[in-house]
Amino acid sequence: MSQVDPVRTTDNGGHAIFRTPVATRLHLDPPLLAALLLTMLGGLAVLYSASGGSLDTVVRQAIRFGGGLLVMLVLAQLPPRTFRFWAPLVYGVGLALLALVILVGTEAKGAQRWLSLPGIGRFQPAELMKLAVPAMVAWFFSDRTLPPSKRNVLGSLVLIFLPTVLIAMQPDLGTALLIAAAGLVVLFMAGLSWRLIGLAVLVLVVAAPLMYFFVLHDYQRTRVDTFLNPEADPRGAGWNIIQSKTAIGSGGIGGKGWQDGTQSRLDFLPESHTDFILAVLGEEFGLIGFLLLLAVYLVIIGRGFFISWQAQETFSRLLAAALTMTFFIYVFVNVGMVSGLLPVVGVPLPLVSYGGTSIVTLLASFGMLMSIHTHRRFINF
Amino acid sequence: MRQPLTLKDHHHEHRLFSLRLLVAVALVLVLSLVLVGRMAWLQIAQHSRFTTLSDNNRVLTQAMSPPRGLITDRNGEILAVNRPDFTLELAVEQSADLNDTLDRIRRLIPLTDDDLERFERRRTSARRPWEPIPLRGRLTEEEIARIAVHQHELPGARVTASPVRFYPHSHLFSHVLGYVNRLSAEDLDNMTLAEQRNYSGTHYYGRTGVERYYEHRLHGQVGYRQVETNARGRILRVLEEQPPIPGGDLRLSLDLKVQQAAYDALGERRGAVVAIDPRDGSVLAFVSRPGFDPNLFVTGISHKDYARYQQDHDHPLFNRALQGRYPPGSTVKPMLGLAGLDAGVTTWERTIHDPGYFSLEGNPHRYRDWKRWGHGQVDMEKAVVQSCDTYFYDMGFRLGIDRMHDFMIGFSIGEATGIDLLNESEGNMPSRQWKRAARNAPWFHGDTINTSIGQGFMLTTPLQLVVATAILANDGHQVVPTLAADETHPPRRPDIVLKDPQNWERMKHAMEAVVHSNRGTGRVMAKDARYHMGAKSGTAQVFSVGQEETYNEEELAERMLDHALIVSFAPVENPAIAVAVMVENGRHGGSVAGPVARQVMDAWLLDEDGNPSVPKPLARPPIQNALPAPVNTTAAAHSTRTAAQ
Repeated sequence: MSQVDPVRTTDNGGHAIFRTPVATRLHLDPPLLAALLLTMLGGLAVLYSASGGSLDTVVRQAIRFGGGLLVMLVLAQLPPRTFRFWAPLVYGVGLALLALVILVGTEAKGAQRWLSLPGIGRFQPAELMKLAVPAMVAWFFSDRTLPPSKRNVLGSLVLIFLPTVLIAMQPDLGTALLIAAAGLVVLFMAGLSWRLIGLAVLVLVVAAPLMYFFVLHDYQRTRVDTFLNPEADPRGAGWNIIQSKTAIGSGGIGGKGWQDGTQSRLDFLPESHTDFILAVLGEEFGLIGFLLLLAVYLVIIGRGFFISWQAQETFSRLLAAALTMTFFIYVFVNVGMVSGLLPVVGVPLPLVSYGGTSIVTLLASFGMLMSIHTHRRFINF
Repeated sequence: MRQPLTLKDHHHEHRLFSLRLLVAVALVLVLSLVLVGRMAWLQIAQHSRFTTLSDNNRVLTQAMSPPRGLITDRNGEILAVNRPDFTLELAVEQSADLNDTLDRIRRLIPLTDDDLERFERRRTSARRPWEPIPLRGRLTEEEIARIAVHQHELPGARVTASPVRFYPHSHLFSHVLGYVNRLSAEDLDNMTLAEQRNYSGTHYYGRTGVERYYEHRLHGQVGYRQVETNARGRILRVLEEQPPIPGGDLRLSLDLKVQQAAYDALGERRGAVVAIDPRDGSVLAFVSRPGFDPNLFVTGISHKDYARYQQDHDHPLFNRALQGRYPPGSTVKPMLGLAGLDAGVTTWERTIHDPGYFSLEGNPHRYRDWKRWGHGQVDMEKAVVQSCDTYFYDMGFRLGIDRMHDFMIGFSIGEATGIDLLNESEGNMPSRQWKRAARNAPWFHGDTINTSIGQGFMLTTPLQLVVATAILANDGHQVVPTLAADETHPPRRPDIVLKDPQNWERMKHAMEAVVHSNRGTGRVMAKDARYHMGAKSGTAQVFSVGQEETYNEEELAERMLDHALIVSFAPVENPAIAVAVMVENGRHGGSVAGPVARQVMDAWLLDEDGNPSVPKPLARPPIQNALPAPVNTTAAAHSTRTAAQ
């Protein structure tokens, strides 16, 4: 390991803080940070092109990145036990806020997702739960024997599905599923028996068609229909996916060149700077551009898994693995939907798509990862 | 109840966790490969397909219609021209509330139901999105200004100028020039692929007359422009441009002055006048009255105007000169006389006694002469000058229908003249075979006798009569009437060769006597003439009017009157014009149709000071063997309106 460990350098009793690198003093993980910054820089370049050369958009995104990095830095300073301590409380508050959203939330685009807080502005409680749910489930398992008993599995499922159902009621099925996935990853990492996993998959396969007919809203059903057959309404519901596939496919191996993507520049590609920004990347930088992005993502994910493997207690281990896996799920779902493998769900491409609280949430989760990695204790024999 | 105490086995837990981590890593790698596979499939395997789709999105190929060629008369007078027409177009996709926008427009400028119906039809038919749809044409300056002021309230509306055909002489040339109107889907269906391509930017198509016949010359070659547009159809730049090749201008052999004279001389009467130059086949005047305003048809005639034309008893849309089938009556006696002379059944010297009728031996039926008491002793010249029916009954009976038919065909009687117009009627030169086929009846002597004076089953168009006259004036040399000044169409038949060529001169002198002797039936026509002309008058009996038509009694009586006809040529010694005039229900060929023909001749043969001056024939190119013309089809319309007894 090239990194100099602060504990190790001070084991002689001397305060040799001046000898430790800045990253170490700030509890940052350089490989992770480097990969994140690389993604963000590349993302800004793609965003500049996707927004039609709007420097304004790029600056606002950079400011958001800055805010997120600040949150990451703050969280990295806190030891993991703080997260563990606060997890039940944050989870409880989040649950209460979700209930509040259903009651008094602000409506936007036909769904109640926002909570208007006086002075702070609008706030999406579901975003908080992306971190609170895996933390809560990890907290739940941290003092229990693993693999979990059936009773504990049931308990954790309750913890997972309470917020999921509330979010699905907003309705925001995409976020609900992502949050459920984050919780379920913890359950999986905790050692859920393969037999139960098999059973769950079976239930899902049977339930999916039933869900389609009895649970989904009309607009959600349209999305699924469009996914199955985008050509049915090429100028309406199918437009997005047809145009994004066209953008990606026409990019070829090498791409059309930065700012030369006709699909986005001539406005054929909707949402080109938010959820569908991957299509811009695919069109302008081709398959090579995508592979480069994926490689950086895999470095981040690999580092995340490494951190969880190195983590010293159950809570940190489970939380780190879950946050990393969730990150990958975002990548997979976004790339899958933009390339036409999955139905369209509103999931941004992590650290590249323009906008919102998701950047802050993401960087917060990496702050927690760094905290986990930099607060380990080493015992010398 | 006490639970068994389970201690956390950290070593076991870490091993379990590591295993699960390994599964997670494997899952991430497999799913990443799925994504890579998907992207590679789109970007490598499907690359060319999506490149095409992407280009189709942004690159729009716009066809640019070539400007249509102008049409002039022989002296360069403009007969058909292109004028800018201002049209209000609407890109419906840009209008949030189409009905609201239409209401606003309606408050600014009048919109008819026709306009809205046409707009709706084009809006709902297959088209490229964001493409503007024409809503109303023929905007006035004031209307354009009103739209400009309210432009901001009319999203998607814009005024464009496009060239539209205009016929400055309106009714004067209606039947010969014809008109263009909107190119229809049906027109395109009838084209080859190459033609369809060439018409991809064209909005107008020659529908009738010269505009139709010379469509291929007037249209030109389409041009193309490749432009890059954004998703809202806005053109950002021109990628490539190939300008259209304008249609060729067309100079006609018509002479505005002669046409105007024919039109004015006919006045408000129903009828037709055709004048040609026997020397080169030039059509100098081609009039059918009543006419119509071709300008009404160009951008789409209104239901009201069309109904007015359709319901008019005078049939203004019917081209009498080209398609009207009338019994030629006595006007064909000179040709029939030549047939008899050439067959040897009569001579110039032979005389008969005319008691006022002709009857066959052993048959009491009397075929009456128009002069009840008869012409007395009659020879060929007198028979032509005074139009003696009995002489021709006798001659025709001895000539027989077979020889009569074969000889008359040479004058284009019963056959198309080959004029450069579509849907020319062939008339009818009856024969035994024809009667067997058409009526399923044998040929009777009576049929021959009727045919001998241009009645019976014989039907000709005014155009055929003038061509027959021109051939006679040319001593049998064939004439193909040709409107285009720079085309020469090969003759459809061999020249007529008489055993004694002297007969041409003598027959022409007999026709001269028709107008220049004081016993001639056409003497009114030659009054104060500065040149000598030949003519033959005729009347054609009307036998029925259309049964579906309703006339009041006075009108009916008028419409049962004989049609007045005359054929003529001048100058006698070296003919430079042949004229046929037909006046429906005009009764007297010599006194009614004759003066009309005279005015047409004067317009051609006299200069501005009224002195005789024969214009030179056109310099036409040598004969081309291939006829580029489309197939001529006979229109039988209106053939029931007039026929022989």
